[in-house]
Order: sequence, then structure tokens, then C-alpha cells
Amino acid sequence: MDPIKESLLKTSKAAKKEKKGKLISEFCIALIIIAVVAIFYFVASKGLATFFTNKINLWDFLTKTDWNPGVKDSHGHPEVGALPMIVGSFGVTFLSAIVATPFAIGTAIFMTEISPKRGYRIMQPVTELLVGIPSVVYGFIGLSVVVPFIRRTFGGSGFGILSGTFVLFVMILPTVTSMSVDALKAVPRHYREASLALGATRWQTIYRVVLRAATPGILTGIVFGMARAFGEALAVQMVIGNAALLPKNLISPASTLTSVLTSGIGNTVMGSLQNNALWSLALLLLLMSLFFNLVVRWIGKRGAVK
Amino acid sequence: MDNYSLDDIYIKPLDSKEHELALSTEDLKVYYGDKEAIHDVSLPFERYKITALIGASGSGKSTYLRSLNRMNDLIPGARVDGKIMYRDLNINSAKVDVYEMRKHIGMVFQQPNPFAKSIYDNITFAPRQFGEKNKEKLDEMVEQTLKQAALWDQVKDKLHTSALALSGGQQQRLCIARAIALQPDILLMDEPASALDPISTSKVEDTLMQLKDQYTIIIVTHNMQQAARISDYTAFFYSGKALEFDDTKTIFTSPRIKATNDYVSGHFG
Repeated sequence: MDPIKESLLKTSKAAKKEKKGKLISEFCIALIIIAVVAIFYFVASKGLATFFTNKINLWDFLTKTDWNPGVKDSHGHPEVGALPMIVGSFGVTFLSAIVATPFAIGTAIFMTEISPKRGYRIMQPVTELLVGIPSVVYGFIGLSVVVPFIRRTFGGSGFGILSGTFVLFVMILPTVTSMSVDALKAVPRHYREASLALGATRWQTIYRVVLRAATPGILTGIVFGMARAFGEALAVQMVIGNAALLPKNLISPASTLTSVLTSGIGNTVMGSLQNNALWSLALLLLLMSLFFNLVVRWIGKRGAVK
Repeated sequence: MDNYSLDDIYIKPLDSKEHELALSTEDLKVYYGDKEAIHDVSLPFERYKITALIGASGSGKSTYLRSLNRMNDLIPGARVDGKIMYRDLNINSAKVDVYEMRKHIGMVFQQPNPFAKSIYDNITFAPRQFGEKNKEKLDEMVEQTLKQAALWDQVKDKLHTSALALSGGQQQRLCIARAIALQPDILLMDEPASALDPISTSKVEDTLMQLKDQYTIIIVTHNMQQAARISDYTAFFYSGKALEFDDTKTIFTSPRIKATNDYVSGHFG
């Protein structure tokens, strides 16, 4: 037989490799999907047990303010009101995002528009370092510097949402900054030229053209920062005071979903109401991070259309 | 490849009694770092005329054009020496307010670059920045500039939709409208039609011919037919120098310099 024809009909080595590579990557994807689905299923089944097995009212869970799953109230219902933690979590998340955003945008503008060379030489390593510091170190610094500072300045114990906000502010700053930098860098150069050629100053160009064009990207960065703040457990737990009470003000001890989870999950028995109630908090966390992800996608889509 | 002498230069003098100059340069040099990219270019630009700058890629015509409204200020390491005379004032000086100057010397770029805003907001961008708040005046300005740019009939019903939804040729005419909204004296155009298809190109050219009555236009172009069609004067750039400047007719029929002759007849290089 003609050797070329023969080789055409056989599977070549390259084709076999191609097939193998495809198989391996498909296997990896399947594994990841299984893991994610399993986590969701596990958390959901445990978290929902509070409502289906232990017959806790979902509305009570979300709106009542007493958290003490082991104790029954005067009506004989267990006290599983998660509102204090929900308020605590959202409180530190939004406050830290509000504090971090102007700093992040300012830094990003400096790095991309004002002084790219110097900005990168200094800020790039700084942001990378900030990302690399373990959260327990942040928590420890918060405990030994931020908490006493707030105690001296505002009174009280120093533990509370304000301390949590400050610690989270530093922790999410690099995330928001680096994503803002990416968003600003993605603004086409010709936008800037068009604006400057129309007699705009550099500052007018930045706030009327560059920042407007980068808004979807910056918002995405802020939401990512918020997702990080919402999910951070250890550092917050060390400075927030861990009292499952509705915070009266920013310097009264409070707690977040994550801080109650980390401090409580080792001390409960699997299958008990106390344990299931904690899983419900975990489910709430999972749903929130899902929500943050959806927001990011939605912003991305809206930004792309414009 | 022929090497052309850089010393054979013919710049037709424009007598200031007969020709009113809108802009001129004297010994303009542009440096990028230590490298001298433009060598001693002295050119006159007559008021209400179109002057075309032609030459091969890398001959420095765009660099020269961009220094006329000091857009080269923005490039790190770039430096411009020499005089740019506008209304008897050397605008290549730190004393001149560069933002105010760009109001009078507008620019249109090669790539259509409307902002990601509505058509209306694109045109009112600069006037609003300079403090115009009167809604009626702005409306009138939008209508007038779009008419001047021959775009009004196509967009009058969608002024508040995104400018990015327009076709390339429409976007470029919008950029022209945006540039003339400030009523500049001079319009600098850096290959405004090179990214466009032939039909859009001819529309942009028609627009330029109409604008000539009110604006002095300096246009960089790769397209020699375009230069021949629309310009009154032509300058030929080679290796960072303006080798020849004359009436467009003369440049394309009987140029004095060999390099120009070879370039316009297609025997260049």
C-alpha cells in the first residue's frame, strides 16, 4: 500500500497525545465541578436541617437577635436569631469597602496616570506584600495596635466593628487597588488623547474620561474586595469582640458570621441543633459569596455593552 | 534604495502681504530622548487653506503634526525645540497655557476615538468643560457642528444613544464635529481617513472641503490622491525633514526635488 495513504489511516502519535491531553483536562474539570457541587450539597443539607429537622422558622433565624442555640426561650423555642451576625458581617464589609475605595482609586490613579514609573516601583511590591501577609498576622496587629488605639481614642473595650473595619480595610486594599489599576490601564490611550486634544487638563481627563470608562472595572474590584471582607474569619474574629449581640455602635463588641463559625464549630456535636445552626450560617455565607459573584458578572456584562 | 540628499530643500515662501498665515514653524526640532526625530522644519500654513503633509511611514510627518498643538508634551522623554508661531506668539513656550491653546488648535486622530458616551455628550464634552452650561446654546451647538460635519441627518433622532454604535466613518465625522465644537482656528488631522472604507473616506473628504471656508486645516495623509484632491498646499517629508513645500498642483506635476518627484510618481525607495 502507498505509505502516505497508510499513514493517513493510522492514528499518529501527535493525535494520541492530543486525545490524552484532552482527557486529562476534562478529568480535572469534572473533579472540580464534583468538588464544588459536593460542597454546596453538604453545606446546604446541613444548613437546611435547622429549618426542616429542627423546625426553626426561617424568618426568626434571619430577624431575631438572640443567639444561643443551646438555650430555649420562654416559648420553648431555641434561640437562633442570626441577625447580630448578619449585621456584623455586612457592617464590617460595607464600612471597610467605603474606607478602602478612595484610597484604592487614588493609588491606582497615581500608578497609572500620574507617575507610572515611580508608582510601579514602589506600589507594586507593596500591594503584593500586603496580599501575601497571612490573615493571622493582620489579626495580631489589629489586636495589639488597632484595638488599644480605639480604646484610647473612643473609649470602650476597643473591640468592635470599627476595629474590624480598620483591619479589613488594609486587607482588601491591595485587591481593590490592583483591580482598579487593571481597569484604568485597560482604558484605551486614544480616549486620553482625544480629551487632551480638546483642551482638557490632565485632571479633567482623569475624572471625566478615564475614571468613567474604568467604572465597571473599578466596581468589580470593590465587589471582589467586599467578597474578601465578607469571608475573612480569623483576623476579624481577633478584633471584633465575639459577642453575639446586635451592635449598639461601632465600638461595642459584635460578631460576624465567620467569627461565630470559627469559634463555635469545634465545640458542637454533629447533628445537634447547635451544630446545624452553625451550618445555616455557613450556608448564608456561601449564598452571599455566590451573590457577590453574580454582581461581578452583571457589572462585567453591563460594562461590556457600553 | 536611493539615498536622497537632505540638503536639497525647496520651501515656497508665502508672502505675508498676499497670504495670511494661520500658523507657521521656525526651525522646529523634535527629540525623543537623545534622538532627533524632526530636523529644523520651517513651514507656513495659510489661513482657510488645506495643507497636506505627505511622505513615507516614519518620515516624521505625524510627529511634526502632533507637536503643533503640543501633544508631544505627553510623551515621556520627548522635547520640542524651535518656534511655533500662532498669532505672532510662540506657542512652544512654557508661558503659554497649553489647555487654552488646544482650544484654538484642535486635532482629529487616525483612529476614530469617540468617548463611550452619547453623541450629544461627545460634542458637548469640551464646551461644558470650558464652562458652557446653557442648554439651548449646547443644543444649538450640537446641531450646527453635526451639520458642518455632514452627520446631522443620520443621527438627529439618536443624539442620546452611544456614539460607539455608529459606523467608523460616522464616528470619525463625529470626532470632527467634536473638534469643531470649540470653534478652533486650526484643525490638525492625523490620517483621518486611513482607517475608513472608500465611501466613508469620500464623505470625510467632502466634509473637509466644506470646513475649509471657516477653518485652517493641516492634514497628514498616506493617500496621495487624497492630498491631490483636497489640499491647496503640500509638504513632502523625508527622514524627519520637510524637503519640499509648494502649491499642491506644482508638487504633483512638476516638483523641484528628486525625492518628491520619485515619491509622487511611485518610484520612491
